Order: sequence, then C-alpha cells, then structure tokens
Amino acid sequence: MKSEPEQKSKRSKDKKRVFGAGIARGLRVTMKGLLGRAITTSYPEHKLVVSKRFRGNEFVWYPARCTGCSTCAKSCPHGNIEVVTRRGNNAYEVEKFEIDTGRCMFCGLCVESCPYDALCLGRGYELAKYRRGDLVLEKEAMQESEKRKPSGYFRPKIEKTLPAQTLLIERAGRKSRKKKESVP
Amino acid sequence: MAPIQSAEQTVLAIRPEGLPAFWPADNPWLHALVFIVASIAFALVMVIVFIYVERRGVARFQLRLGPNRAGPEGVLQAVADLIKLLLKEDIVPRLADKVVHLLAPIVATVPAFMVFAVVPLWGDGAMLADLNAGVLYFIAISSFGVVGVFMAGWASSNKYSLISAMRGVAQMVSYEIPLVMALLGVVVFAGTLSLNGIVDAQSIPFALLQPLAAVIYFLAMSAEINRTPFDLLEAESEIIAGYHTEYSGMKFALFYVAEYGHAVAGAAIFATFFLGGWKGPVLPPVLWLVIKMLVVFFVGFWARATLPRLRVDQVMGLGWKALLPLAVINVLIAAVEVLFWPSGTTQWLLVPINIAIGALLVFLWSRTVSLRGGRVEVRTRAEVKA
Repeated sequence: MKSEPEQKSKRSKDKKRVFGAGIARGLRVTMKGLLGRAITTSYPEHKLVVSKRFRGNEFVWYPARCTGCSTCAKSCPHGNIEVVTRRGNNAYEVEKFEIDTGRCMFCGLCVESCPYDALCLGRGYELAKYRRGDLVLEKEAMQESEKRKPSGYFRPKIEKTLPAQTLLIERAGRKSRKKKESVP
Repeated sequence: MAPIQSAEQTVLAIRPEGLPAFWPADNPWLHALVFIVASIAFALVMVIVFIYVERRGVARFQLRLGPNRAGPEGVLQAVADLIKLLLKEDIVPRLADKVVHLLAPIVATVPAFMVFAVVPLWGDGAMLADLNAGVLYFIAISSFGVVGVFMAGWASSNKYSLISAMRGVAQMVSYEIPLVMALLGVVVFAGTLSLNGIVDAQSIPFALLQPLAAVIYFLAMSAEINRTPFDLLEAESEIIAGYHTEYSGMKFALFYVAEYGHAVAGAAIFATFFLGGWKGPVLPPVLWLVIKMLVVFFVGFWARATLPRLRVDQVMGLGWKALLPLAVINVLIAAVEVLFWPSGTTQWLLVPINIAIGALLVFLWSRTVSLRGGRVEVRTRAEVKA
C-alpha cells in the first residue's frame, strides 16, 4: 500500500494533467505484458498440472477395499451407479460396478459417502468419447493404473502425494504478487 | 536529369540517375509495368506481414500466445483466413443497393495501393513516379478511401452500417486537416512536394526537426485509418462491425485488406516523411523502409492493446481543439525557422529547440483546453439533493 501523502500527490498530479501522461502510463503497463511471459499455453503440447483436489473424470475404484455396500449408489442424486453383488466367502463379492459418467455432474457425493475410501475422483479432463456407451465406466476400467490417477478430492492422504498445481492463473499470480511486494 | 524526355517520361517523372544502368528508363511503359507489379506485390506482402505481426504482437501484449498453428509459428494464418473467406457464401441483403454494394470494397481497397506509386520504396528514385506534387497526390488518394466506406454503409441498408459510415466521414474530414497541416511543416523544411525530394532532404530525420508534426501526423493518421483508439467505425460494442456488417466472403476480405493496406500505406508515409524513408547504413534501402514501417506500426498496435475506444465527441474534440490549432502553429513556427535560421550544420540546434517548443505547446494546451466535452456525470438522487 502506498502511504497517504503519496496518494495525495498523485491525485493532485491527475488534476494538473498533461496530454499523453496517462497514455504513457498505460503504455508502460502493456509493455510489461509484452516483455513478460504469456499466461496461456499451446494446449495439446503443453499440459498443465490441475488442482490436487480436481473433480475430474475417470473415477478410480479400489476393488480390494470395496465391500459392495452400495452407499455410493444410494447417495448419487442421479442414480448413475449400479452395483450388483453376490454372497461370497464371509463377504459380498462385487459382480458389477458401473458409473454412467454421461449423466454424472461430478458432485463427488459418492466419493464423500464411501465408508471405506474405495472410490476416488480422477484427475483427467479430456472427456470426449466417440460413443455414448463408452461413457459408462465398468469396474475393470476404473481401477488405478499408470494413466488413471486418483484426485485428492475428499482424500487428504492422496492429496499429500500429488504434485502442486501449475494452472497458469496461479503462475501469473505468483509473479505479480512478487512484483507487488517489491514495489512499496 | 536526362537530356531529352518523352511525354510519357515527363508524366511519370522517371529519374534515371537513381536506377541501375541497364534500366529501360527510355521505355516508360516497361518502367511502369515493372514498378506497378513491384509496388502492389510489396504492399500485399506487407499487408500479410502486418496482419501476422499485429495478431501475434497484440496477443503478447494481452498475455496470450496468438495464432501459432497454421505453418511454422502461425505465419500462414492470414493465408488460411483468406482461403476460408474465399470459400464462404457471399450474402447481399435483399434491400441493398446491389451495384454500390459490390463496388464499395473495391473503392475502399484500391486507394491504399495507389499511394505506393509515389513512395520511394527501393532506393533513391526507384519508384513508379517521382511526381513533383507527390504530397498532393498522396493526400488526394488517401482521403479517397472514405468514399468506399460511405458507399458500403449506404448500400447495406442497415442502420448500423449507416451510422458507421456517417462517423467515418465526420472523422476523416476532421482529421484530414491536421494531417495535411502536419505534413506542411515537413514540406516547408524540405522545400519540395516530391516524396523522393523529402527523403533526400532528411540529413536529420524530420521526426527530430518536426517532433510536434510527427506526433500530430501519427495521431491523425491513426484516426484516418481507423486504428484503435479511433476505431469508431467498427465499434463492435456499439454498432456490430460498422460499415462492413453486411459483408461476407471475399468482399469482407477486401475490406480487411483495405484496413491493413491503409495501415501499411500510413506507416510507409510516416517512415518516408519523418524517419528518413529508405535511408540507412549497411542494409539495402527497402529493408530499412520495412524496418521503419514496422516500428511505426508497432507503436500503433501498442496503443491499440492499451487504450480503450474514444467517444465520438472526444474524437472530434481532439481533432478540432488540439491537433488542428497545434498543427497550424507548428506550420507558422516551421516557416519562421526556415526563413530566418541559416541553413547548414547549425540545423542540429533546431532539434532541441523544436522539441522544447513542441513540449511547451502540448503543456499549454493541456492546461487550457478541455477535450472531455459533453461528459455526462451520473449522480445518485442523494447527491443531487446535497
């Protein structure tokens, strides 16, 4: 923040204007933009790290933890989750676990409701598919893999392991914050 | 001068001494053909260069990357746009004046390229016609573009187009006067109306000898060619796309080319009048001209990336209350200096003097003249009562 006498002198300067002074100040601001770096990237070549708690597509499901209790299916506002279980050896075996992401709004209620941390949201954002049917995720496709990493949404343990976000807004913000600190 | 000149040579005012020995200077038709093709090619290539430089440049000013897909680093973007526009359907409004609607883009485009007939592009005297009234020709031709704009606005039978055309005429008529007055200061110093002569006269660039004229000319030129902040003709937020709202396909492309063609011509004229044209060490003359044009254009789109659009009355205020009187005073001062100051090396002393005079005049105007005219203050009911 600028001190008060400085502000006053600036105000009086504005009153005693000279043609072009304001324009020169504006030109200085945009020149900084030209010399600085762009805050956009060329997307398919340069991808950004999304938020740790990103509610992306591609749910990650851990079959070892899932008991087939269907709490997620009950909590889903759209009823997108279909669970079919079979009585197994002292526990239920999950026969079918499907999420129709075509109707999903990624509210995350299923993840929040899971008592065993068996379901996580994913970090992917490239959702386009060629067929409507491909949007229905089956249990084999939903398991964690190299391509399919869980998001830290409602899963603080996973969140700790994730890399920091490099969304451009944050990068640009960090830069300008530094400058602001050095100005006064 | 060549000892005998044919009638055609006199008309074209060919200067054989500036051209290479093998040049067919005694065949004016061949000379004209070569230079017409060369000048138009130069102008068109520069239009593509300017479009690319501006799109990438403005993007960087706005912290974006700009078009970088078509060709290496997006250099073919203008070509891709052109192909797209060529393939688009040409729509003519039912109530439009068909003939005028068709002619308008041509009338708007041609003057931008005709200007290059008198600009020394490739070196001393290497131009289509070294007219001894080159400045007059340039002023006459460059102000003709507004006719195309008005034809487009009129023929479209669209209220926004017509508003834009009216604005265009008002703006261009107003700014033509300070523009000519600013050039007059240069002409007084150079003592000639030939553009080649004006370049020859610049041992010191006229931007230094006539700083006020340079500023006035730059502003008036920006207004003439509708660059932001004077782009009232195409104010998207108010009147859609202005005079070319009803144009599509190749006709729209022609208006686009006209807009940048006028920018290229304006930059070339500024470089010729104020920055020494093709003059410069080491590099070939045409490269120097291109560099100087790009510098002028850079300042133009730098302002475009910075400043918001002016209001109509503010544009008129700037033209009539500031630029015109300052330009007239500048011509008077230039005339007095040329009359009483000994020519020669002491001309260098005029540089600081003229810069000081220019700064003083701008300062005086800032304190005495208000350009905000007609500003509407919005007050709440409580404020009105108090």
